[in-house]
Amino acid sequence: MTEQEWPLYEVFLRAKAGLSHRHVGSLHAADAEMALDHARDLYTRRGEGISIWVIASTNIIASDPADSSALFEPAEDKIYRHPTFYEVPDGVENL
Amino acid sequence: MNDELRFEYVLRLADNALVCGQRLGEWVTKAPELEEEMALANFALDYVGQARMFFSYAADIECMGRDEDQLAFLRDQIDFRNILLVEQPNGDFGNTIARQFLFLSAYQFLLEALTRSSDTRIAEIAARAVKEVRYQLRHTRQWLVRLGDGTEESQRRMQAGIDNLWRYTGEMFVADEVDQWAAQERVGPDPASLQAAWHEYVRAAFDEAQLHMPQDEWMDSGGKRGRHSEHLGYLLAEMQYLQRAYPGAKW
Repeated sequence: MTEQEWPLYEVFLRAKAGLSHRHVGSLHAADAEMALDHARDLYTRRGEGISIWVIASTNIIASDPADSSALFEPAEDKIYRHPTFYEVPDGVENL
Repeated sequence: MNDELRFEYVLRLADNALVCGQRLGEWVTKAPELEEEMALANFALDYVGQARMFFSYAADIECMGRDEDQLAFLRDQIDFRNILLVEQPNGDFGNTIARQFLFLSAYQFLLEALTRSSDTRIAEIAARAVKEVRYQLRHTRQWLVRLGDGTEESQRRMQAGIDNLWRYTGEMFVADEVDQWAAQERVGPDPASLQAAWHEYVRAAFDEAQLHMPQDEWMDSGGKRGRHSEHLGYLLAEMQYLQRAYPGAKW
């Protein structure tokens, strides 16, 4: 119905205290205030969150998929960065 | 006598909520944006939830074996006790926002007072409803400002909605013997006592939205006594169709 679509916003929710905000989806809104309301109505209907962040999608700086070999592959053969050479003592549950 | 008045008082609260819910539900499939449609549908369900709680309580007071569904779906227009404001048609989106804003701003003050009701069932329902209504009012007020202080076209429509509905606002603040009984028994506030705060709230919002406050002239009323505008009949016909055509039908 609208000739011009409202801008896109990305929605982040914190599920409970102590956790970080996680990206849950996106929505259209005319302004930031409306984006926050819409996020509440669309993404927290079943008690999914206790805090909402919204950000205009155009404000997100994303890595270019074409760069992924340069960005990410060098880490793949640096196994010494992973703490896999330690023996986990029996009985330690939360490591 | 006491029970009759209490029943009547609770029925008015129930009918206001039910009719509001039905009106907002009419936006489903035709709201201007998908996201806003979800918001309106959420609000509609908030109202239906409030109506159910009030109807259940009304049915308990009445003790005539009627349940919430029978009260909602098997009463005729003259038995409905909602105010005229809430039954007014949606019109365009600005008109709907105007109606909801004028109602919600008063409803919030009413519910806040009702959380202190001497009637604990009413106080409990109000405590739950007031949270939903605070959010709805916040959302609706934002739209009022966005449209009022928006483009020339949105401003014109927002103002038209306010002007169109202003004459139904008086009914919210005029007490009849049911309200007087409620005030006396500390069941609910004297409606007139809410008017000054409401007026101030509305004026502040209108100022921010660059909207004019209409003059208080002739006010229409009668809904609380079952004298409704021609619009309620159509709303009930649609809402009650299923239960009328298939009595006792269940999901």
